[in-house]
Amino acid sequence: MSDNAYEAIIGLEVHTHLMTRSKLFCGCSAGFGAGPNENVCPVCMGMPGVLPVLNRHAVELAIRAGLAAHCEIAPESIFDRKSYFYPDLPKGYQISQYELPLCKGGYIELPAHSEGAEPRRIRLTRIHMEEDAGKNIHESGASLVDFNRSGVPLVEIVSEPDIRSADEAGAYLRELRSILRYIEASDGKMEEGGLRCDVNVSVRKRGAAEFGVKTEIKNLNSFRFVEKAIEHEVARQIDILEAGGRIAQETHLWDPVREVTRPMRSKEFANDYRYFPEPDLPPLRVPPDLVEAIKTAMPELPADQRARFVRELGLTAYEAAVLTQDRDLGAYFETMLAAGLKNHRTAANWVMTEVLRVVNEAARPLADAAPLAIESGELLKLVETGAISLNAAKTAFAAMCKSGKGADATVAELGLAQVSDEGAIAAACDQVIAAEAAKVAEYRGGRDKLFGFFVGQVMKAMGGKGNPKVVNEILKRKLSG
Amino acid sequence: MTSELNRMTIAEARDGLARRDFSAIELTRACLEQIKLVDPKINAFITVCAHEALEQAAAADRRLAAGDAPALCGIPLAIKDIYATRGVRTTCASKMLENFVPPFDATVIARLREAGAVFIGKANMDEFAMGSSTENSAFGATRNPHNVERVPGGSSGGSAAAVAADECLGALGTDTGGSIRLPAAFCGVAGIKPTYSRVSRYGVIAYASSLDQVGPFAKTVRDAAILLRTLAGHDPHDSTCSARPVPDYEAALTGDVRGMRIGVPKEYFGAGMEPQVETAIRAALASYERLGATLVEISLPHTEYAIAAYYIVATAEASANLARYDGIRYGLRVEADNTGELYNRTRAAGFGAEVKRRIMLGAFVLSAGYYDAYYLKGQKVRTLIRGDFDRAFARCDVIATPVAPTTAFKIGEKMADPLQMYLSDIFTISVNLAGLPGLSIPCGFDSDGLPIGLQLIGAPFAEETILRAGDAFERTGAITRRAAIL
Amino acid sequence: MADSKISVEQVRHVARLARLELSAADETALQANLSEILQYIDQLNRLDTSAVAPTAQVGEAGTPMRDDVIANRPDPEAMLANAPARAGHLFKVPRIIE
Repeated sequence: MSDNAYEAIIGLEVHTHLMTRSKLFCGCSAGFGAGPNENVCPVCMGMPGVLPVLNRHAVELAIRAGLAAHCEIAPESIFDRKSYFYPDLPKGYQISQYELPLCKGGYIELPAHSEGAEPRRIRLTRIHMEEDAGKNIHESGASLVDFNRSGVPLVEIVSEPDIRSADEAGAYLRELRSILRYIEASDGKMEEGGLRCDVNVSVRKRGAAEFGVKTEIKNLNSFRFVEKAIEHEVARQIDILEAGGRIAQETHLWDPVREVTRPMRSKEFANDYRYFPEPDLPPLRVPPDLVEAIKTAMPELPADQRARFVRELGLTAYEAAVLTQDRDLGAYFETMLAAGLKNHRTAANWVMTEVLRVVNEAARPLADAAPLAIESGELLKLVETGAISLNAAKTAFAAMCKSGKGADATVAELGLAQVSDEGAIAAACDQVIAAEAAKVAEYRGGRDKLFGFFVGQVMKAMGGKGNPKVVNEILKRKLSG
Repeated sequence: MTSELNRMTIAEARDGLARRDFSAIELTRACLEQIKLVDPKINAFITVCAHEALEQAAAADRRLAAGDAPALCGIPLAIKDIYATRGVRTTCASKMLENFVPPFDATVIARLREAGAVFIGKANMDEFAMGSSTENSAFGATRNPHNVERVPGGSSGGSAAAVAADECLGALGTDTGGSIRLPAAFCGVAGIKPTYSRVSRYGVIAYASSLDQVGPFAKTVRDAAILLRTLAGHDPHDSTCSARPVPDYEAALTGDVRGMRIGVPKEYFGAGMEPQVETAIRAALASYERLGATLVEISLPHTEYAIAAYYIVATAEASANLARYDGIRYGLRVEADNTGELYNRTRAAGFGAEVKRRIMLGAFVLSAGYYDAYYLKGQKVRTLIRGDFDRAFARCDVIATPVAPTTAFKIGEKMADPLQMYLSDIFTISVNLAGLPGLSIPCGFDSDGLPIGLQLIGAPFAEETILRAGDAFERTGAITRRAAIL
Repeated sequence: MADSKISVEQVRHVARLARLELSAADETALQANLSEILQYIDQLNRLDTSAVAPTAQVGEAGTPMRDDVIANRPDPEAMLANAPARAGHLFKVPRIIE
């Protein structure tokens, strides 16, 4: 296949909302879900004469993002005007940062998903602050504009062209989102436009020194679309080159319905943004002590938590990577352990299978879909002490998801506690042995396979609550006797 | 006497109102009467706010009666139609905003309201403050009260003419390249452009954000000082606004300029200056010497480059500032079947020729391939011009210059030649580029009876110094204010 | 114009950037005006500014920052009062082509 002769060169520009209460330059709510044009004022509507005033918390969150990505924080950065016309852009320019961004350099380290694999570092060019635009709603024959989102603070995180595949782009995005959530800079909700991605893609013959001509793909609002769009675009470019054609430098839109990219019709002049320093905002000066204070207050980052899980809890790299994909998941796991669990890997697997399954099935956030972490912990503690079986724990967990009740209460309510009392188990065994005399004779005659049948009968007689370990021991003794 | 109330200064009216010699309503009525009488000849107003003004005056009378009169209680002012006034249409003299009614007040408007001022109307101007003659107005040119065949200067020509014609006691203007000082000079009134950042720009429709500054027109320097004290000060809505405390400018008017060093830049006295202007300026300088000031020859070597640098910086900023007029959220819209055409047609129909010219120039100097050669070059020359003033103020306290090389020119005279129009601002524009305060006061009349203006430039935040110097000259009584020819 | 500082094509390009519909007469007039102004501006090239820092703003302070508090109450009617066309609380525009 010719595909192997090429390699893809991919760079991502990720825009993410910063979790502030108010907008970047005015006191309107930055919240999601208000009625149309409710969260607007003269400033974010671009009325004549209005002026921007910077939100301090947005700056702090952007610095936090920069520090988490190992960037250099510029002591002085500049806001610029980026000029273009679009109905959702009230001033005819976006206040952004161009020549002197707040954060420069840095990198994102992708977790190694298998033992011994080297972690990949994707270098960043910059992280800069900017304001979001409003939202156009397309109807037949007309478009409608809502400016609630206009002026919501964003950071744009620009990577170097270090990404080599769709999978790697996905891994980068997941790690980036995880970091942003850990530091509480962004909730990374793509469905609300809280995280958006533009992709630059080119291909070149393996070993070539020069980059090929790149295309830009816009309008990607899910990780899956990013991966699919890259796969599609890489294949499209290779096909063109193989056919002796040339790649046109253009901007494409991802069509999620047909799963293809198509060139944009408008924005033919969009490349001349006429950036110049925003005269309404003096330079953004960040004193070193502010950076130090933010650094000191930084929460643990996913990479650090991952390393700790492997080092201190004995998890595999893969388990640690899954648990740190999401700040809430990692926190859930650690809270479970606080119940006094000794078997960390069992707890990890519980989170990766049972907890993630209910979250995915419910399609709701962890906090809504799963029981309290401490109750999950208590439940596993019951398994560790032998009070209930692992299967019973799964049954209890399903019930707890619905009822919201605690582990002990649920186990009691459903009568899931195991019977380990030897007297009760011995009685059940005697009953089965008496009832199945013929089979007992066969077993004693050498048909060992029948042992399972007897276990099943005893469990049945006990309503499934017999401690399997004890049942086995006693039954074996009695049958051989 | 009611008919004469509108001729008073703010200081006189303030005292008269305090003594209850007359009411704010009477004072406001006198101004409205004068507008009725003279405005058809000079067209100083785009919108006269008779109803609102009388309501404000009635409120002022109540406060005066209650003995809690704030600084400008009951004082009728004209407001350049560039200030957002809640509930009163604000056009910026453009067809684009012909029916725009802001839902908010500019900060200085809110401050004036709090100070009890009465807004008599919205004054005419060059569209979006782009011009030096107030001929570029979608609502017709304003005419000079001293001679209606002449321009009042611009862009705040309506404000200056309204004060000169006694249609109000004072007025608000804005100054980006001379738009307060030039009309003050042409109309024979006092006008001050404060230091950049001294007064909030919030709610002032932007032309060139790094140059625009708010300032008052008045019949005397004292009145200008009174108005400035209310206007100036920190505003949390303007990130470029200074937090420095505001001095009592009126208290600075001691009349004493002894020992003051007045710098006279040699570059401002050369070819192109009308001899009568030079004579009047030299006479004013001689007065200062008699008052005990010292004249110092200084040099501002980059003066000749100021207009070129200005038309890069100002138009670049304007091209972005005026991008918001797109027919989507407010203002004029010319319908089309797609948004691109809607923009093109709306903006073609809504903006006048001079505005289009400056938007085009500004977009060009910022466009790919020209940024360094033009925009960046302009910014660097701006640095050189600031440096000139820094060096000069090491040797003097005030710089005195003519405001313009000529007196008011004829209506239509420069309309066909944009560059000639731009050159009217040759003596005022450097001050904006350097962000300095500049005061324009009348210092004489030419043989046609047209006023001549003296410009007093101060170091950053030295408004007190230039106001003191201006007031001291005014006190000599050399220039008695001539009633406008109406 | 042989000595034009700006071509008609450039005038058209800039007019597209600035979203201004120009008539043929507008184009000619602007070409002449802008050329004259740009020629005047060219005198700046007499100054060697290679070692001069640009001035974008004249203030000396860094930008102030506001606290992250919600200070505005929803008032869509006031915000839409000047709208040339609307549908409920939304601004209405012709269909946008992407």
